[in-house]
Amino acid sequence: MRRKPFPWHITVFLAPAVIVYTVFMIYPMLASLKFSLYQTVEEGRQVFVGLGNYAKLLTDPIWNEPFWNAFWNNVVFFVIHMTLQNPIGLFLAVLLAANIRGAWIYRTIIFTPTILSVVLIGFAWKLILSPTWGIWFPLLDRLGLGDNEVAIALLGNESSALITLSLISVWQNIGIPMMLFLAALIRIPHELIEAAQVDGAGSWRIFWRIQFPLIVPTVGIVAILTFIGNFNAFDLIYATQGALAGPDFSTDIMGTFFFRTFFGFQLRPGDPNMGATVAGMMLLIILAGVLLYLYGWQRRMEEVQF
Amino acid sequence: MRHRWARLLRTAGIHAALLAYSALVLFPILLVLMNSFKDQMAIFGEPLAPPTPETFSVAGYLTLFDVANFGRYFLNSLIVTAVSLVLIVLLGAMAGWALAEYRFRLNTFMALYLALGIMVPIRLGTVGILRLMADWNLVNTLAALIFVYTAMGLPLSVFILSRFFAQLPPDFKDAARIDGASEYRIFTLVLPLVRPALGTVAAISMIPVWNDLWFPLILAPSEETKTIVLGAQVFLGQFLNDWQAVLAALSLAMIPAVLLYMLFSKQLIRGLTAGAVK
Repeated sequence: MRRKPFPWHITVFLAPAVIVYTVFMIYPMLASLKFSLYQTVEEGRQVFVGLGNYAKLLTDPIWNEPFWNAFWNNVVFFVIHMTLQNPIGLFLAVLLAANIRGAWIYRTIIFTPTILSVVLIGFAWKLILSPTWGIWFPLLDRLGLGDNEVAIALLGNESSALITLSLISVWQNIGIPMMLFLAALIRIPHELIEAAQVDGAGSWRIFWRIQFPLIVPTVGIVAILTFIGNFNAFDLIYATQGALAGPDFSTDIMGTFFFRTFFGFQLRPGDPNMGATVAGMMLLIILAGVLLYLYGWQRRMEEVQF
Repeated sequence: MRHRWARLLRTAGIHAALLAYSALVLFPILLVLMNSFKDQMAIFGEPLAPPTPETFSVAGYLTLFDVANFGRYFLNSLIVTAVSLVLIVLLGAMAGWALAEYRFRLNTFMALYLALGIMVPIRLGTVGILRLMADWNLVNTLAALIFVYTAMGLPLSVFILSRFFAQLPPDFKDAARIDGASEYRIFTLVLPLVRPALGTVAAISMIPVWNDLWFPLILAPSEETKTIVLGAQVFLGQFLNDWQAVLAALSLAMIPAVLLYMLFSKQLIRGLTAGAVK
């Protein structure tokens, strides 16, 4: 028996992608995780401390206060996206799927902010909401909120900054759920909806009885994509509020906390080990979400389908 | 008769809702573009008015070209995005082809290994990436960004393209094999058949690369390697009080993205939907 020759062509096709991906994504990720298990003493000497850094992050008041602050802010950020961005995105998708003339124009327009850099969007909104520019203030006056201090400085107020930034992010990213829902809605056979219309069902009933049940898998995909995106967000906060995520850290989320920990801020020097630890926690949070989605949601979906 | 009226009313309602939302989307963008062509007085005096011959001014744009190197930033973004996209599409197509076409022992493992990167954000490896780039003297080079973005884009590219390759009919490939074509030759023959998919992958990979702030800020913040997003960010921070310049910078940074979007919106939308089918 002659042995089959080694399949060189498979290696040649696969190797470049696998090498680039391994060297620049998987290896640094593992190196970062390993780094989170060490502490730097003196000039660059690394000492293994096990899960010590994680314990420090969760229990030492210097660390756990900003950590939980960033975590809960991030939860608020995520909840606002789930309750506003995704339902409104779904609503817009249903409207766009209703077979009206010019739907593609609306679709193109509504998706535009999504392709623009968060830096530009954040800054544009910052200008519009600025008390110095005569746009937001006259509008408030007309609404009878002319002397409401919180409303005047939406981004400068601890109680309103995080919600305002979340809404800006919703405004920008709504195109993604809209497109994903639209793609799912378009795949529903026309005959199904026409038959229901002949039977006298209204749009509301058609949505809840036919369209929604058929796009439930997409609801799960949108939810997990929102989760990953939100717990990894950084640009918007950094661009509008700076690395300090002001006022008084009220808009600090995991991404900005990671950045500050790694690079330092004001008088505090950066700490790569603790930075890697924060990244490790973010990885844990995101993996928990992904596993919950894969095992809790997608498996149930399969059971329903068969 | 009543039925027709109800239908008409419903269509009108849908248009009204979509028009209202489109206005909410366009308002901030048009406001910035419009005011970037006005003088300082008019920006504050009549923010909602379009520029008139009396208020028209391009002083902001002139400041921009005087103090910031926007041409350079733009070129850097263009180089990084273009090279990354070519690598993402080419390496992704090769790997996607291998996974779709050949049965080998590590096939499933490789597919899962590469798919991991779809779910896990590459940003979480930043500490490791920065050390690696420092060790290899790649900090403040465009190459560092290109490598990172290629690694970031490959997982989705391999995933989408392998699904497209798997859908190709086998007759064509078998005929080529019988004619004695090598596997490499067959790959060059099938590549044009998935051209729409290649465009799709390029379009959806482009947005996060072009718009990224994180990696330029961390890996390549030098004046020579700034991308347009980082350049705009730094400029906006320094010229906070020069509204003409700030509005001009915002507009100038938006325009290339909008142009690219108009060129590729068909592929982009197809890509979003193709990626979601799973």
